[in-house]
Amino acid sequence: MSVTRHALRNFTPQRRDVIWLLLSLLAVWGLHIAHLPLWINGLMALIFGWRWLIESRGWSLPRMPVLLPLTLLGIAGIVASFDGLFGRDASVALLTLMLGLKLLESRTSRDFMLVIFIAYFLTVNAFLFGQSMLVAAGMLIPVTGLTAALIGLQKPQADANHGMQLRLALTLLGQAIPLMLVLFVLFPRLPGPLWGVPKDSYKSMTGLSDRMRLGDISELSLSGATAFRVSFAGAPPKASQLYWRGPVFGFFDGREWLADARAAYLPRESLSVRGEAVRYNLTLEPHNQPWMLVLDMPSQLPEGALASPDLQILAREPVRTRIRYEGVSHTDYTLASQLSPVAERYLLQLPQQGNPKARALAEQWRAQLTDHQAIVDAALRMFRQQNFYYTLTPPPLGTNSIDDFLFNSRRGFCEHYAGSFAFLMRAAGIPARVVTGYQGGELNPVGQYLIVRQSDAHAWTEVWLPNRGWVRVDPTAAVSPSRIEAGIASAISETASLPLLARRDYPLLRKLYLNWDAVNNSWNQWVLGYNQQKQAELLSRFFGASFPLSLLTALFIAVTALVLGVISWILLRDKTARDPLQRIYARFLRKMARAGLQQAPQEGAQDFSHRAQDQLPMQAAKIAAITSLYLQLRYGRPSAASLHALKREIKKLGIKKL
Amino acid sequence: MSRPAAFIKSSLNWKRWLRTARADARRGPVLTTRHIYILPTRAGTLYGTIIIAMLLGSINYSLSLGFVLTFLLAALGIVCMLHTWRNLAWLEISHCQASPVFAGENAALEIRLQESSGRMRHAIYAYCEASLQPQSTDIPPRQSGTITLAYPTTRRGWSEPGRLTLFTVFPLGLLQAWSYADTDCRVLVYPRPAASGSSSASSTDQAGKGSRDSLLGDQDFAGLRHYRPGDSPRRIDWKASSREQGMYSKHFQGEPVSSVWLDWHETKGADGEERICQLVRWILEAHQGGGRYGLRLPHLTLAADRGEAHYHRCLQALALMELPA
Repeated sequence: MSVTRHALRNFTPQRRDVIWLLLSLLAVWGLHIAHLPLWINGLMALIFGWRWLIESRGWSLPRMPVLLPLTLLGIAGIVASFDGLFGRDASVALLTLMLGLKLLESRTSRDFMLVIFIAYFLTVNAFLFGQSMLVAAGMLIPVTGLTAALIGLQKPQADANHGMQLRLALTLLGQAIPLMLVLFVLFPRLPGPLWGVPKDSYKSMTGLSDRMRLGDISELSLSGATAFRVSFAGAPPKASQLYWRGPVFGFFDGREWLADARAAYLPRESLSVRGEAVRYNLTLEPHNQPWMLVLDMPSQLPEGALASPDLQILAREPVRTRIRYEGVSHTDYTLASQLSPVAERYLLQLPQQGNPKARALAEQWRAQLTDHQAIVDAALRMFRQQNFYYTLTPPPLGTNSIDDFLFNSRRGFCEHYAGSFAFLMRAAGIPARVVTGYQGGELNPVGQYLIVRQSDAHAWTEVWLPNRGWVRVDPTAAVSPSRIEAGIASAISETASLPLLARRDYPLLRKLYLNWDAVNNSWNQWVLGYNQQKQAELLSRFFGASFPLSLLTALFIAVTALVLGVISWILLRDKTARDPLQRIYARFLRKMARAGLQQAPQEGAQDFSHRAQDQLPMQAAKIAAITSLYLQLRYGRPSAASLHALKREIKKLGIKKL
Repeated sequence: MSRPAAFIKSSLNWKRWLRTARADARRGPVLTTRHIYILPTRAGTLYGTIIIAMLLGSINYSLSLGFVLTFLLAALGIVCMLHTWRNLAWLEISHCQASPVFAGENAALEIRLQESSGRMRHAIYAYCEASLQPQSTDIPPRQSGTITLAYPTTRRGWSEPGRLTLFTVFPLGLLQAWSYADTDCRVLVYPRPAASGSSSASSTDQAGKGSRDSLLGDQDFAGLRHYRPGDSPRRIDWKASSREQGMYSKHFQGEPVSSVWLDWHETKGADGEERICQLVRWILEAHQGGGRYGLRLPHLTLAADRGEAHYHRCLQALALMELPA
């Protein structure tokens, strides 16, 4: 087919093609404009303007001496902008730049098609940065535009028919959608990743950190992003019991609480539970860390999860996609009724020095009070009775941060209270650790599920008391009981600094938001969260519990073939052969052919009839009748009855084979 | 060559085995379902590669919307296949003809395509084995479109343009549907005229090239008459014509009787083909001169006459003339 290739390669795109291409590339660029470096955006604007001037003013395309330095400069700029780190951002920037430069040297329709294909590819890259419904809807604009541009390129005629191009593009995409849905639902899904994922792909994900520094959680509280959503099988527990367990920190280095390597080698703590189990489904937003949040205290491991000795639930890989798991927890429990000496030593660890005042206070409690519970109460009483404040904007603290907080500033967020409380307990000889996670959440009446946001991030402590095991103590509750009972918005006076959606003023807005969030939740569950697991779940609903891959493949092929068959039938059936009159008349012609009479190409029905009558005088009357009926039907008003009459006449016609 | 050998040789020409649409008694060749081939174009292969890259990327990054777009584009490709196919299907080559040309000129093969499915056909291309460049046309619903193919001719006689290929890549250029069609169309190629001015049959002073039945009555001017097609430009009265009342040519007495015989035996040339070329040149000049002329060939004599029909009859006789051994 070398002739055809030659023909198609050689024609120059028309002005309408340039317009379609530039407009749809603008739409693709629009998907990326927010996360491209400023200089690339500027350069792209320049390139688009330049390409349009080339078209409208008839300038010539830039040649190699211009393009080559531009390309090299661009690559150097990307290396400099991203510090040589070639990850997601840099590769998208590079792809954008290459698209722009290719546009500048695109001359023939083949070049244009290549640009369009690169642009399709760049469109899919936008999903690396976000997959909201808005982005999904936004994707349709460039895809429609690019398809319309592709259609225009196949027409060598110069006349512009933008309406036809747009209509046809929408028709094609509309007909593609049923097939796309089949592919989406039934195409056998593989678990990713197949190869490495750029390190910067998840940098925008927020969540709990692997260490607690004073100030970390209050910063996280400023984010209104959703951390996870929970739907309970039964009635949800009381708000004061909604402690979502995350990372547990048993080591204090003087500035930060963290989990050091030794924690993993401690003996596993025993758990005994009482009362009713709480069952729930939790959909966790990706946060690029391994922890899986569960309600305190998890009595069953979610599928595929691991548990550390201190009952921290971990995924095998950092959570980089939205995951959904079933949790079973008990709010009434005893954790670690016995503490091994190794564990006790580890859980009493404090730095050699620092924070002398706090240590002195703890020593004093230890001397005065014999009972551990009394020491705990004394500390909580101190927080409650002295003028401690719960605030999102605590003042910076000095080197001895705990002393500074306890005796000087007295303004702090949950991590200040949890961190200094655990320090005091350890100094007083009570094993203690810091637990971070989320507390509370908002029940969405629209979808009957709980939304837990980053602003619900929290830190509390666990102290080990003889015979009772680990007891959760939340010193923040002592300072600000409403934080635990009613959420952060009621506890913080300066609500303006909270994310809008964590606040309580604007009831209408909240209601709208909750509706929107319910829609989003379904989107997340059924579109974004549709993976191998969900696919198996959906199919087992129809076909029973076990559904092997081979059966899925067979089903996929069968349904695809069926849908394709339907679309093909609609598109490909022959409309020319559907004229019933022609079909019946053809029967007559076949009969005549058997008698050796062929209708000549230019011969009309009337002439043929005369010739046939001459040749077959015995049948002349019948032939004349058939022809006159046919002509009546052909040029007069056809009716079902006369059509039937014609059919009958032809049937009656007896022709002997020659 | 022996019969089996010829059979094997023709079988080896694989194009012979391709399905070709042919005319039947009532209609020209129709591109039915049996006649349409379809394969991805080079761009279509690239498109497929990009979709596979997108699929791998979507799996790797667990991008649900990536899957959506990947599958949408894949489905678009499949739907495009159906549209490309139906863009070509059921077209009828209702008419195919070409006017005679002189050897060495490009023949213009006019192909009329009839649409009867009631939908617009876009960018239908056609070429034949001999044609220079594929040409394309759009065909509105239930109407016909014409494609004119130029192809070079070299030898006099009937020239077959070869098998016709119709193809389209519309709407997306990802796939190419094509069909072969045999038309009974052939082009009459007149012999190439010999260089002008070498010798002329109608010039009086060069005896022997043509013989006169009577003298041209050119000397006796009889008046002006309205210009008629076929009048020699030399006889147009430019002065009278410039008065913007129409074209006039000078009329001479005795003109109707002037006629000239163009005789094969009076041509000179190295071989028969050259002699034919010489005759063609004389016919051209005689025709332009507007006079009557007759043609005498070894096996055929055409009586003296004038006008377009006679002109073409003479040229056809020369185009199809079999040279005496």
